[in-house]
Amino acid sequence: MDFLSDVEWAALRLSLSVAGRSVLFSLPVATLIAWLLTRRRFVGRSVLDAFVHLPLVLPPVVVGYLLLVLFGTRGPIGGWLDRQFDIQLIFTSAGAALATAVMSFPLMVRAIRISLEAVDRRLEEAARTLGAGPVDRFVSITLPLMLPGVLAGAVTAFAAGLGEFGAVITFVSNIPGETRTLPLALYTAIQSPGGDELAARLAVMSFLLGLGGLLLSEWLARRLRRYLGH
Amino acid sequence: MLEVAVRKRRNGFELDAAFGIPGPGVVALFGRSGCGKTTLVDVLAGLLEPDAGTIRLSETTLVDTARRISVPAERRRIGYVFQDARLFPHLNVQGNLRYGLRRAEISNAGIAFDEVVALLGLEALLGRRPNQLSGGERQRVAIGRALLAQPRLLLLDEPLASLDAARRDEVLPYLERLHDNFAVPIVYVSHQFDEVLRLATHVVLMEQGKVLACGELAAVSLDPALRSIVGPDAIGAVLDGEIIGHEVESGLTLLRLGSSTLRIAAEFAPRSRVRVRLLARDLILAVEEPRGLSVRNALPATVLSVEPDDRHADLVHLDIGGPRLVARVTRAATRELGLKPGHPVRVLVKSVSIRGQSILSREHSA
Repeated sequence: MDFLSDVEWAALRLSLSVAGRSVLFSLPVATLIAWLLTRRRFVGRSVLDAFVHLPLVLPPVVVGYLLLVLFGTRGPIGGWLDRQFDIQLIFTSAGAALATAVMSFPLMVRAIRISLEAVDRRLEEAARTLGAGPVDRFVSITLPLMLPGVLAGAVTAFAAGLGEFGAVITFVSNIPGETRTLPLALYTAIQSPGGDELAARLAVMSFLLGLGGLLLSEWLARRLRRYLGH
Repeated sequence: MLEVAVRKRRNGFELDAAFGIPGPGVVALFGRSGCGKTTLVDVLAGLLEPDAGTIRLSETTLVDTARRISVPAERRRIGYVFQDARLFPHLNVQGNLRYGLRRAEISNAGIAFDEVVALLGLEALLGRRPNQLSGGERQRVAIGRALLAQPRLLLLDEPLASLDAARRDEVLPYLERLHDNFAVPIVYVSHQFDEVLRLATHVVLMEQGKVLACGELAAVSLDPALRSIVGPDAIGAVLDGEIIGHEVESGLTLLRLGSSTLRIAAEFAPRSRVRVRLLARDLILAVEEPRGLSVRNALPATVLSVEPDDRHADLVHLDIGGPRLVARVTRAATRELGLKPGHPVRVLVKSVSIRGQSILSREHSA
């Protein structure tokens, strides 16, 4: 790839990997939370709902700080992960993926929830009378029917995750090749003397990636909806 | 075979239904819209939990609230054909049909895929998506899907209600064949009495969440409770007979009912089973051999009972050598003819009053 410099290429690769891992990690959790919020009535449901949406309204730096407190090597969760599994999240790309996942989590839950609410529950009843138990029904009926929304949500979260800045830089800092994703590389270029051209190129890359992601998500949703016969 | 006694209160409506059906057959749950028929079938299927009661199917207890038994819907093996078909949009017809078949915990299925596809005429549709089907086709697929799940009981909740008259006529023959081809008892929900007449062997009459009457179609068709639902002229014997031939000189068809023979003005193949409805208001009674009348049928009968119907008329129950009829005659006439239980009479029936639509033909009846 001659048209990208090593720095640009490294930042792009890292961004794709961080966003990809964040989506893989948050997709099952978001599906579960969306299912709980849509289908179950329980005490503390509205609290959970608000909690899920917090990253939308909190300054990203606050999210990064909270992650530091919880997942730092001396934090309650980070310390345990370090001792039990020798996993360090702080200053690593895995930590960047976690921060990205937390920030894009509300987007994902929202998309999945909307598609889950659109699933006709009477179809699940029909499946029930045909001998399908709860898990079977979810896998064979509910999941395929909500797939358009889930995939669209995943692609949107992925596109948003490529550009996560505040939470990432606060939690895992700005380490070249490890945590310096596209927006962090762009920020670094702006701060460096003579980095104008690099900054511009990185900005254009971010712009194209974001646009591409949104278009892809729309296209996927449309195709799937047609496939599902809506 | 099926014993039900359930109570369910929902949104200010109370269902309190008890009935039993002895053998296999087609049970019609019949009543006006909103009388609780769908609530009752949802309770039977296990989609709704009754507040109290029991449901027994063959030897199995499905629900017994006192003993805290409630078999979940997915393990009841009760097929359910919904009013609106509810086909899975992400599966084609084949996938829909096989959905329940794959989950039936039976190694060699009693109801085979090819057999159902052939019976319901689905060969050409197997590769299609539900959104590429007409309303009638959708209902046929839904019936096949429920059948292939190897049900011990099949619930049909007004499967024709969402269809226009033409589609209705397209699906009805398939429904008639269902019971003849598969040994599955059927509960058929309907608010159309002509559907009940065509399909049912037993009737459960419902009004405002309660069971008014329950029994064989022939018995319920004589029950005055039928009037509050179907209309004032609804009472009349529904009888199954066999075509034994044609009268060459008159061109009329001969129908054997017990030991009597009825002449009817409709075409049927010899030996076919035919169901006729003889409305109480259409029957005329005579105490001696009538002469000089246009009526083609004068069936010998014995009076079983005479009961007052309203201020002016009586209902006279009659035995025509096995089958029973009911005639509605004015009180003055009962008095003048001196009709008493045990008296021999002649029942006069106009051949042309037995209308084509009140006649059902089927290969054999239960």
